Amino acid sequence: MTDTELRQAGDQAAAKGRATAPDGAAGRPARPVKKRRRFGPDTTKGTVAKIVLLGLVDALAVYVLMMLFLSESWGALAVSSAVVLVINWIYLRTGGLPAKYLAPGVLFLLVFQVFVVMFSGYIAFTNYGDGHNSTKDDAIAAIQLTAQKRVPDSPAYKAAVLAKGDSFYLLFTDPDGRVSLGNTETPLEEISDAGTDSTGKANAVDGYRTLNFQEIVANQQSILAITVPVSDDPADGTLRTADGSNAYQFKPALTYDAAADTFTDTESGTVYQDNGKGAFAASNGDTLTTGWKIDVGMDNFARAFTDPSLRGPLLGVILWTFTFAVASVALTFAMGLFLAMTFNREDLKGKKIYRILMILPYAFPAFLSGLVWSGILNPQFGWLNQTLLGGATIGWLTDPTLAKISVLVVNLWLGFPYMFLVCTGALQSLPTELDEAARMDGAGPWRVFRSIKLPLLLVSIAPLLISSFAFNFNNFNVIFMLTGGGPRFADTDRDIGATDILITLVYKVAFGQGTGRDYGLASALAIIIFIIVATVSAISFKQTKALEDVNS
Amino acid sequence: MNGSAPGTVSPAKAPAAVDDTATDHTATGPTTAQDLKALARRRSFGVWFKDKGWRHLVGIAVTLFAIFPLLYVLSAAFNSTGTLVGSNALFSRVDFGNFTALFNDPSRPYARWFVNTMVVGVVTSAATVFLGAMAAYAFSRMRFKGRRIGLLSLLLLQMFPQLLAVVAIFLLLSGISEVIPALGLGSQLGLIMVYLGGALGVNTYLMYGFFNTVPQSLDEAAKIDGASHTQIFFGIIMRLVTPILAVVGLLSFIGISGEFVIASVVLTDPDSQTLAVGLYSFVAQQRSENWGVFAAGAVIAAVPVMALFLFLQRYIVSGLTQGSVKG
Repeated sequence: MTDTELRQAGDQAAAKGRATAPDGAAGRPARPVKKRRRFGPDTTKGTVAKIVLLGLVDALAVYVLMMLFLSESWGALAVSSAVVLVINWIYLRTGGLPAKYLAPGVLFLLVFQVFVVMFSGYIAFTNYGDGHNSTKDDAIAAIQLTAQKRVPDSPAYKAAVLAKGDSFYLLFTDPDGRVSLGNTETPLEEISDAGTDSTGKANAVDGYRTLNFQEIVANQQSILAITVPVSDDPADGTLRTADGSNAYQFKPALTYDAAADTFTDTESGTVYQDNGKGAFAASNGDTLTTGWKIDVGMDNFARAFTDPSLRGPLLGVILWTFTFAVASVALTFAMGLFLAMTFNREDLKGKKIYRILMILPYAFPAFLSGLVWSGILNPQFGWLNQTLLGGATIGWLTDPTLAKISVLVVNLWLGFPYMFLVCTGALQSLPTELDEAARMDGAGPWRVFRSIKLPLLLVSIAPLLISSFAFNFNNFNVIFMLTGGGPRFADTDRDIGATDILITLVYKVAFGQGTGRDYGLASALAIIIFIIVATVSAISFKQTKALEDVNS
Repeated sequence: MNGSAPGTVSPAKAPAAVDDTATDHTATGPTTAQDLKALARRRSFGVWFKDKGWRHLVGIAVTLFAIFPLLYVLSAAFNSTGTLVGSNALFSRVDFGNFTALFNDPSRPYARWFVNTMVVGVVTSAATVFLGAMAAYAFSRMRFKGRRIGLLSLLLLQMFPQLLAVVAIFLLLSGISEVIPALGLGSQLGLIMVYLGGALGVNTYLMYGFFNTVPQSLDEAAKIDGASHTQIFFGIIMRLVTPILAVVGLLSFIGISGEFVIASVVLTDPDSQTLAVGLYSFVAQQRSENWGVFAAGAVIAAVPVMALFLFLQRYIVSGLTQGSVKG
C-alpha cells in the first residue's frame, strides 16, 4: 500500500485515455510517478464480449423503461433512466477501471439493501398496512364498490362465468328460470337460447366460452370485481357473485358526497367523515374498514411503547432478544473454544473423525434443524419426553422458561461447530514460542492461557464474536421454526410470545396470520432493531480496536 | 465477551494442569530405569486417561449431541408409521413408504420445491461469487478514491441483514410486479435479484483478504506480457483463488437454500416455492401427523448440502480461518 500504488488509478487512466485525456488524469499530471506497470489493451474477444453484454443490458433497460412509461410511473422512470445512463457511462468511457468491477454488485447493493432500508424508514412513519394500502381516491372508490349490502329477501341467482375475448361475463339464472347476461360495463340483458346443465342452470351461450372451476379460481380477483348493474338506474343495485356459482342482488349501503367529503349510510343515516387518520369515521368513533395511507409521524414508535397491549410484551421481547443473542454467542464460543483446546493435539487418535461428526450440525440446513428439534422436544409426542423420559409431559416448548432454554440449547447445537472451527484455526495460528517462553518464566498452563493465549485469540476472534452477535440478534429461523415465538404471552391479544425476538415480531406484525398486516408498525420495529444493532456494533468495534492496540 | 472468557477456560485448564504435573513427576521422581518402567505400567491407564482419554470422552459425548438429531430424522424418514409418536422408536422399521408418499401428493409439489431451491440457490450463489470476486479484485488490486470508505461501508453493511427490510422488499416487489410482473412478487427472478443485494458485504471481505495473499508480482509479470485487466482477472487471479470462491459459493448456497423470511414473502404460489417455505408450510399446521413425510423431505433436502459441505470441508475450514480470522 505504497503512495505510488495509490496513484495507480490516475496512472491507468492516463494510459488508457491516449486520445481523449480523461478528467482523472488531468488532476495529477507531473508528479514523479514510479513506473507501475499498466494493464495491456483489451483483447478483441474482450471488447466483443463487453459490447454484447452491454447491449443485452441496454435492451433489457429499454424494455423496463418502456413499461415504466406505459404505467406512468414518472419517478421510477426518471431514476431508472439515470441509472441506465450511469451504467453506460461507466462501461463506455476509458479509465475508471475500479468502477467497472464494482458497478454490478454495488447496483444491487444500493437497490436491495440500502434503498430498502431507507424505504423501511419511510414506511415506519406511515400507517401502511391492511386497510391503509393506497391513496384516498382509491379508498373512496373501493368503499363505493365494496360497501354494498345484499338486498333483504332478494332471490338467489345461479351464476356461471363466461369469457369473450379478454373480458369476463356473468350468466345468471333466476329462480323462475329466466336467463340473463352482463358484466360491469354491460347492464343485464336477457338471453333466450342459453345452454343449460342438468340442474336447469344456464351455463353456455353461443359466442362465449364457459370457464371451468380451475379458471374461475385462477381469475378469482377479476370475477369478484364484476358487478352487473340490474338496470340503467344505479339505485336498483347490482348482481354479484362471490364464488362463481351463486349470485345475489346488492344495493349500495353508503353514498359518497364529494362536496362534503363524507359517506352516508343509506339505512341508518350515519355520516362518516375523514378523521385525519386515514379513515372515514362516524361521530361515535366507528370507522369504515377501508382507509388510505397517510404519514403518521412518530405514531408507530409511540404506539410501540405506549399501547398497553404492546408495551409490556415488546419490552419483554427486547430483553429476551439481548439475552438470546449474548447467551448464544457466549455458549457457542465457550463450547467451541473448549473443544478446540481439547482436540488441539497432533497425536490424538480419531481427531479427524470427531471433527467431521461434530461439524455436521453446521452443514445441516438451519431451517430444518429448528423443525427437527421441534419434533424431538414436542411435549406430547416428542422423543425426549416419550422415549428418553418414559412418557413425561414436560413442556419443553410450552413453558416460557423451558422454551427459552430449549431455544438456547438448539442454537448451541447449531452454532458450536462454527466456533469450534474458528477457534481451532486461531489456536493453531498462535506462535508456540510464546507458550514456551512463558513456561520457562514459570507460568502455569492456566496463566499461559489466561494471559497469553486468550488475549491473542480474542484479537483475531473478537470481530467474529461481534458479527455472531449481530447474526443471533436476528436469528429468525431457529426461533420461528422451533417455537414460532410461543408460548404466547397471556397479557396481550396480539400474537407475541415468550421466545419471540424482535425480528420474528416484525415478521408476525407484517405478515402474520389472523391479525391484520401492519407494515407501518413492523417497519418501526425494524428501525428499532437497526438502531440497536448499529449502536452495539459501533461500541464493540471500538472496543476491539482498543484490544488490538493494547496487544500489538 | 470478556465476561464469558474465564468461564470458558476453566474446564480446559484443569486437565492441562494435571497433564503438566504428571510429566513433571515422571521426569524427576523415579531414579532407575526399572522403577520408571514399573511406574509407567502401573500408571499407564491413569496417565493415558489424564492425558488423552478424557478427550475421547468429551469427543464421544459431543459427537452424540451433534449427530443424534440427524440420526433421529433419518430414522423417522425411513419409518412409514408417519406420525411423531411412531417415529420415537429409532430404526424400529426401515422402508421407503414416506419417500413414495412424498413425491405423490399434488398439493405438495416436493419435486418442484427441490428444483426451485436448486435453481435459486445455484444462480444466486454463482452470481454472488462473480460479483463478489469482481469487487474484491478492484479493492485488492486497484487504488482509487473512496476505496477505504468502500471497504469500511461493506463491513458495516453486513451488520444489517436484508431481512430487516423485509417489509420494504415486499412493497418494492409488489410495486415492481405492477409494471413488470416477471420481476415482481411470486417470481423467482425477483427473489434472486433481492438476494443479490447481499452479494457484496461479508463475501467481498472474505475474498478481499484472500486476494491479498496472491502475490502482486504475478500480475506484474502478466502485465509485462501485455495482459489486459480482464485477462489477469479471469486467467490468473480467479484460478489462484479457487478455494475462496468455493467457500463463498458454498456458504451463500447454504444461506440461500435455507432462507425463509424473504422467500416466504415473495414466493406465494406453492409451485414456485423453495424447500424452506414449502416444508415449513407443510409441517406448520399438523406437525405430528405429517412427521414421517416431512422427515423424508428433510433428508432429501439436506443430503446435497451436507455432501457438498463435507466434500469441500477442507476449503471451508481454511477459508473460515484464513479469510476471516486473519483478514
